[in-house]
Amino acid sequence: MIDGTASDIAATGFDLVLAAMILGAGLFAVTVRDLFGAVVFFIVYGVFVALAWLRLGALDVALTEAALGAGLTGVLLIGAVARLGRRTGTQGTDALSRRSAFSVRSVSQIATMLVSAAVSVALGWAFLSLSDSDGLRAGVAANLDASGVSNPVTAVLINFRGWDTLLESIVLLAALIGLWSLWRDDDWGRRPGLRQHARADGVLAMFGRLLPPFGLLFGVYMVWVGSSLPGGAFQGGTVLAAVWLLMMMAGLMPPPMVTSARIRAVLIAGPLVFLSVGIIGAFAGGFLGLPPAYAKPLILMIEAALTLSIAATLALLVLGPPGGPAMPSGPGDAP
Amino acid sequence: MPADIVTLVLCGAGLVFFFAGTAGIIRFPDTLTRLHALTKADNVGLGLLITGLAFQAPDWQSVGKLVLIWAMALIAAGTTAQLVARSALQQQDTSQ
Repeated sequence: MIDGTASDIAATGFDLVLAAMILGAGLFAVTVRDLFGAVVFFIVYGVFVALAWLRLGALDVALTEAALGAGLTGVLLIGAVARLGRRTGTQGTDALSRRSAFSVRSVSQIATMLVSAAVSVALGWAFLSLSDSDGLRAGVAANLDASGVSNPVTAVLINFRGWDTLLESIVLLAALIGLWSLWRDDDWGRRPGLRQHARADGVLAMFGRLLPPFGLLFGVYMVWVGSSLPGGAFQGGTVLAAVWLLMMMAGLMPPPMVTSARIRAVLIAGPLVFLSVGIIGAFAGGFLGLPPAYAKPLILMIEAALTLSIAATLALLVLGPPGGPAMPSGPGDAP
Repeated sequence: MPADIVTLVLCGAGLVFFFAGTAGIIRFPDTLTRLHALTKADNVGLGLLITGLAFQAPDWQSVGKLVLIWAMALIAAGTTAQLVARSALQQQDTSQ
């Protein structure tokens, strides 16, 4: 057995190495020359940050960072880089940054660096000047019985501070509407996303048939378990979105038409249910206040609806506008 | 205590495989050989790590979870390797 001080030293060493790797990955993501490399380092950075949250005991945040911060944002950024590459030619980004090395571009880069450094310093100062208190931990623990769930994070997210989560789900929807509004008019009856070329008997099609049962089970489990253990609508929704995307990439089902009423109903179900429960709560006492007697079923209902909406919204964000041929004015042009 | 020694040996061996795989990615000349280094070494390396960790698991459910993680990683890595390899082959064909 290792004695206490030795394992303390090992833990501190691990944390120091982890912190150095987070800083290193962040630095590479900012300084690396090509965009694709920057995205790769951003994903690596997200995985390290998830590990850091794990070390801090914040399992819920670690799950969210791994699923959304590293995974989904990484996929979105890779898609963005691919579209940029098609727009400026494959060598475009690299040549562009060299040709105009000492121009407006570098001035704006320096300005961005200065602003980022100022924000970092301000945040660091704010963090260090915080008084050494436990925050609202005691208050949450004292009222956990009235929340309907036993995972304090879910209690805060859906019950005590439901306002923030409601707005988050609406922000997600607004992002999708923003993306849709950038489609060209010609594309508006077409299915979103690039055309997939998976062979019906290929490995991707087999993978697409093999994984979804596990993914569905795991996604639903993460939502269900969120009431007592780390998990919840955002993490579970991301897993379900990944399953759906995989099935579409494997050619097992076509992407949905964004004009269909059914997909739009799924998209707004989460915010709508959340808002309705909140408004009914306003008549019963307070807006978004959940009566303790019905809190658990209400939270599960909100979480279930939110999960579907989040999964559909994230998947449609990743799919993006229709790509491929039938584009008279050139790829990637915003109208 | 014997379990600790088995864990140390297996995880150590796993790390050797990861090290070899990483060296292969950096040193090998083209996509296909790099893929070879990555998938073979990482799958065996992860298997050794999982087996080593299984000796520290408190119950059989945890061992089951560890095995499931390995199986999922194997399937995902194998599929991804096939897809990357096919894409690399297609690029070779068009560039020649």
